[in-house]
Amino acid sequence: MDLIILGQQLVNGLVLGSIYGLIAVGYTMVYGIIGMINFAHGEVYMISAYISAIFLAIITTWGVSSVPVVLILVLFSTILITALYGWSIERVAYRPLRNSTRLAPLISAIGISLVLQNYVRLGQGAKSQGVPPLIEGSFKFYLDNPDSYIQITIIQTLIILASLVGMGTLHFLMQKTALGRACRATQQDRIMARLLGIDTDRIIATVFVLGSAMAAIAGVLVTLNYGSFDFHVGFVTGIKAFTAAVLGGIGSLPGAMLGGLILGLSESFFSGFINTDYKDVFAFSILVLVLIFKPSGLLGVAEVEKV
Amino acid sequence: MKKAIQQSLIAGVVAFLVFGPISGLVLTGYTVDYHGERPLLMALVVALGRFAFTILADSKQGEKLSQALFGRRDGGVTVSRGESQNYLLLFGGLAVAFALPFVLSKYWLSVAVLALIYVLLAMGLNIVVGLAGLLDLGFVAFYAVGAYGYALGYQYLGLGFWSAIPFGAFLAACFGVVLGFPVLRMHGDYLAIVTLGFGEIIRLVLNNWVSFTGGPSGVFVPPATLLGLEFTRKAKQGGEPFHQFFDIAYSSSFRTIFLYCVLLLLVIGITFFVVRLRNMPLGRAWEALREDEIACRSLGINHVTTKLSAFAMGAMVGGLGGVFFAASQGFVNPTSFTFFESALILAIVVLGGLGSTFGVIVAALILTVLPELLRDFSQYRMLIFGLAMVLMMIWRPRGLVRPKRPMFNLDSAVVVIQTPPTAESKFVVGN
Repeated sequence: MDLIILGQQLVNGLVLGSIYGLIAVGYTMVYGIIGMINFAHGEVYMISAYISAIFLAIITTWGVSSVPVVLILVLFSTILITALYGWSIERVAYRPLRNSTRLAPLISAIGISLVLQNYVRLGQGAKSQGVPPLIEGSFKFYLDNPDSYIQITIIQTLIILASLVGMGTLHFLMQKTALGRACRATQQDRIMARLLGIDTDRIIATVFVLGSAMAAIAGVLVTLNYGSFDFHVGFVTGIKAFTAAVLGGIGSLPGAMLGGLILGLSESFFSGFINTDYKDVFAFSILVLVLIFKPSGLLGVAEVEKV
Repeated sequence: MKKAIQQSLIAGVVAFLVFGPISGLVLTGYTVDYHGERPLLMALVVALGRFAFTILADSKQGEKLSQALFGRRDGGVTVSRGESQNYLLLFGGLAVAFALPFVLSKYWLSVAVLALIYVLLAMGLNIVVGLAGLLDLGFVAFYAVGAYGYALGYQYLGLGFWSAIPFGAFLAACFGVVLGFPVLRMHGDYLAIVTLGFGEIIRLVLNNWVSFTGGPSGVFVPPATLLGLEFTRKAKQGGEPFHQFFDIAYSSSFRTIFLYCVLLLLVIGITFFVVRLRNMPLGRAWEALREDEIACRSLGINHVTTKLSAFAMGAMVGGLGGVFFAASQGFVNPTSFTFFESALILAIVVLGGLGSTFGVIVAALILTVLPELLRDFSQYRMLIFGLAMVLMMIWRPRGLVRPKRPMFNLDSAVVVIQTPPTAESKFVVGN
């Protein structure tokens, strides 16, 4: 019996961890490149959940019934709009503050996050929204007898696959293409990169767009998986994804995925075996402990302060 | 001109795409209501704004205007002798504040009590963020500790209002030290996130530890008393009500008036305390630590005690705010202590000018009284706060009121330190 709970929590943890990983990418890339915490990233994820539900409703009323077509249309349109959100946020709230005091971008990010939450609340209403189940069905792995099995729904499988593919693509983009090279150069030394002819403002905007696109993938799949959301979901999910980014080592892409998986698994084991009420406390405690004892994370490089 | 049209078109299209789905397509159940006019309107506003902005930025007047708005004000600190206090304003303000209980209705008096509570909270946070430069996003934790200190102190230890004030303040200060200790090595963003984590942990524990805190349903808080006199119509268990003792007619607003007066005295006392503290070595050490930690440590300032004292004092003032909040509500539950509350207090401190006591007090009064005046717009309150925070950071990252620093007597010399964005400091000594 315990083996089933263990297996089921393993599945849940992997799914949760993939989601955290996808969102953590946005935090880790932005932190890596301009050294600020994009506090509004959780709200970007929340907005992508709303946008996906809206497009899902529109596309289904058009009479498109083929599930893969609907999924692809929703995914692409959501990614497009959410990426635009990322771009606009950077343009409006962060770019004018590039040379300001240290606290300024963080406070402005909190401001943007308040604006986005309340914009959605005013636009869409405060009550929680839902989507009809689009993809049903699951894989079951039986142990011994027909009553004990571990279940993975198709959407859960999709989430894990999508995060793997998304991460793989992003990793390839960063390591093998000219754009990725420019990103890494900007990350290492922004002034030098600029002197060498890289449009660093454009690169920073691109990083916001990429991070938001990954959050949009997470938003679409989570909406399809859980079916309901409200304008509050961005905050807690955002903090947890940030925890994942810190755990893996902020600034490191593989670290974000690793941190996401570790956080997802440990959170789901904690709620499965110890206590459900305190699972958020557990996640926040991990955040605090990691920042206190190993701020560079698992795969990050310790920052040396130069005077 | 061509550039302006091009840019405003781009801005309009992007704005339409961004605003389109959320404000134009409203989810109702599993279908969508179309409100195409809303995003069109917003896109139009954005495009026109962008157009005007580009035209203005290219013209001579625009350059002058941007000089007037942005020039000289980003960064930079004016140092003057701290003697230019406006006594007329000070005493006028105090006279108005003491006259209020005789003028205002009970409703507006309770608004005034709330405003003073926010003044306390903002002053507490101002010590931590404005003076010591430690960005604390979990300040609401100390507020909660103060409020629950009163409520649970009554329930488990039988504390009354007057003993709850020092108890709540002391408890919050202890929490400040305990939470401050592990984060000593951190600065900037990491510190902000850790304190946010602490704030959320405390709220979640208050919410989930049902057997001790009463959980989401909250705890009862006993009403405040003055020297054993109660502010009720009829006293409980042999006590004597306030109005009977003084032989005056009973009024239900006595309790609010009493709270207001105590709170006002406390706010005045703490303002005095903070203003004086800034001239003392400790206050100077805080501000020096904010500007450059490494330089401070190499000059022999103990950063551990300096930071911890900032945390403890900020927390103490926040805890006092919590005690009064509990006393004015008569009931506390965890929903009053969410991250929004922290963000609101931070917004007050930022809008008032980080480090400026006067600015912070004014901002707290404005931000709590204004929403009451604009009841019809109350649902837009947080939206406007958020926008104001962003705009303030772009326009004046150091707040509306520029903090004036006291300095040693150089006769009538005024030292102006201008910090250009390159962070190289220029010293100009003039008369």
